[in-house]
Amino acid sequence: MSKQPSPSHLAALDDLLEEAEQWHVNAGDEIIHAKRMGGKWRTIKWLSGSIWLLLFFGPYLRWNDRQAILWDIPNRQFHLFNITILPQDLWMLALLLLFLAIMLFAITAFSGRVWCGFLCFQTVWTDIYTWIEEKCEGTPQQRRKLDQAPMDLNKFGKKLGKHTLWMLIAIWTGISFVAWFTDVYLLWGDLFRLQLSSTAWITILLFTVCTYLLAAFMREQLCMWVCPYARIQGAMVDVTTIVPAYDFHRGEPRSRMKKGDADEHAGDCVDCNQCVAVCPTGVDIRRGQQEGCIMCALCIDACDLVMDKIGRPRGLIRYESLNGLEGKACLPVYKQPRIVITSLIMLAALLGIFYGLSSIDAIDLKVLHARQPLYVLQSDGSIQNKYTLKILNKLADDVTVKITATGPAGLKITSRQLLAVQHGTVTPTSVFVRVPRKELTVESQPIIFHIETVDSDKPFSSHRESVFIGPKR
Amino acid sequence: MADKNPFPGENNTGHIWDDNIRELDNPIPRWWMLSWYASCVWVLIYVIIYPSFPIGDKPPPGLMGWTQIKEFKEGMAEVEAIRAKYEDQIKGMTGEQILADPGLSDYTVASVKVLFGDHCGPCHGSGGQGAPGFPVIADDVWLYGGSIEKIEESIAKGRRGMMPAHGSKLAAEQIDTLANYVVGMAEGKEDPAGKALFMANACFACHGMTGTGNQAMGAVDLTDSVWRFAPGGVESARQTIAHGVNFPADPESREAIMPAFGEKLSSHEIKKLAVYVHKLGQ
Repeated sequence: MSKQPSPSHLAALDDLLEEAEQWHVNAGDEIIHAKRMGGKWRTIKWLSGSIWLLLFFGPYLRWNDRQAILWDIPNRQFHLFNITILPQDLWMLALLLLFLAIMLFAITAFSGRVWCGFLCFQTVWTDIYTWIEEKCEGTPQQRRKLDQAPMDLNKFGKKLGKHTLWMLIAIWTGISFVAWFTDVYLLWGDLFRLQLSSTAWITILLFTVCTYLLAAFMREQLCMWVCPYARIQGAMVDVTTIVPAYDFHRGEPRSRMKKGDADEHAGDCVDCNQCVAVCPTGVDIRRGQQEGCIMCALCIDACDLVMDKIGRPRGLIRYESLNGLEGKACLPVYKQPRIVITSLIMLAALLGIFYGLSSIDAIDLKVLHARQPLYVLQSDGSIQNKYTLKILNKLADDVTVKITATGPAGLKITSRQLLAVQHGTVTPTSVFVRVPRKELTVESQPIIFHIETVDSDKPFSSHRESVFIGPKR
Repeated sequence: MADKNPFPGENNTGHIWDDNIRELDNPIPRWWMLSWYASCVWVLIYVIIYPSFPIGDKPPPGLMGWTQIKEFKEGMAEVEAIRAKYEDQIKGMTGEQILADPGLSDYTVASVKVLFGDHCGPCHGSGGQGAPGFPVIADDVWLYGGSIEKIEESIAKGRRGMMPAHGSKLAAEQIDTLANYVVGMAEGKEDPAGKALFMANACFACHGMTGTGNQAMGAVDLTDSVWRFAPGGVESARQTIAHGVNFPADPESREAIMPAFGEKLSSHEIKKLAVYVHKLGQ
């Protein structure tokens, strides 16, 4: 290097180095004891998190004689109230997953990590666990003191109580998860008789242990180092995304507002550190957007509370885009291409699911033409084709269906036409069709098979096209 | 190699190349070592529980006595247990009774398909479509009768077609006339000259006065649309009339032999096969 760096370059380098020194990354060596303060976003967080109550209580809903929502894996069925979805309809699940994934992208592009801050099970369970911790061990200061204190009866009692409650929640989580896949009442019965299947035991154990470890010990470390969504979502945030942000123009330079220290140029930030104290991941929002921020907006509550106390307007930390902070105009949401495109994909997926659910046939027919032989000449000179009809019955009862066919003139079904089909399964049957040879003007002609239930009050029907094959002309 | 270590305090091994490239003695990460120890323990447990390396002729059986063949047999026993429900019912039934029960005949067809593929498919085709010289069994024409008993008999005892050769007895034109007459029969044509030859050569003795055949001896029905020997038609008929079927004196005679399976297969299997064959075309 022959050229010496200019003083301004050196100054810039100094700034960078200083920033790097101050940059603090918590790799798990420090337990975050976040302060709890009330406020608007705290309330919203409780409400949004309570959606997980569904996990615990959803399985107890009944519909007719069975669980309302049940993933019946052994029988390859999914019950959703009065709808029964069989593996044949599972393409709808792919659309649902597409919808949810794209929705995650759309929401993140619009308003940052809403999922992480308000809905994610890791956030919600950690929130519950730390709430219990506070009830057992007191405020963050008391907790830090307790952590450092030597073990005595008092400390042991508090810790035991906390861990017991945590473990109970973990076990309940494990059982509740399994309850979606098997009848919940039978599950509890088998559980108390210790007669669960090994699959159930292992799943409950796995979910219990993971819940306990992740919510009690891993906490924000999971979001920082393990979770891929955190990284994917971080990549989708840009200058137009509305996120919890510190208004540095208004806040800086910080001033502690000591008596007789009124600074004309001081910003609104009083450096009270409340925004850091309440942060469940231990980041300082005033450093700008960063990977540790799960965008739970609790710092907004804390800052607003302080601003109220010192008589300054709220919103020093608020939901705002980087463009907004800089005073630049933002495109309206409906003009932002990625929001529009993701919304269209979501709409397409929803329409697909809607079409799928509305067009689920109660009975479904598939037709396979026999390949060996394609046709057989009969003694009377007619040509016979053999088909395998597969009839899927999604009704709740066994039914009898009548098989008919339309196609070449003179067509006749020579096999039995009434067939009993069991519910929830595919019944295959061989069907023989004969056509007089003189009617076979071309080698291959279309033939349509119809099935119709004969004994139920409301007739269900389905049809499927195949071909009738004769000798080469 | 330097005599005096120029990089003290960094835990290197003393191996130094090119002045500054040196080998450090960093310990393997603890998590890695722990996994490795756990793997060693796992291997020990595995060796104790399962049959592993050979000692002498046979590997030690392992604590659980597990073997692959045992697991296979258990799996087969499971399948047999599922089948037993149907097999027990079928055992006491005749073929006709099985056919009358849609559920049992479906089971029979599904379970005996492999046997058909092994023993019948090579000549009659995987779907009963036949092959040159071997009859189609997916149609409604039965040389020896299409009842279950008759099909069982065909499978168990085999069949041997028989038709004398007429090449030495008849002139070429006569054979031609006969062949045309026989083909015309299926199309409903009349031919007095052909009919006279048909009577004079005692064709009626086996094929019947009206040519409808005789299932007791496997004489084909000449009036239907299906031909025993592909591709059918005048040329085919001429060949059959001239050289006969299984006629020992004529080396060009057609072959029509169905082997007997009575010793190879049990009567239970033959009964199931008969049901399968019966349901191939109806």
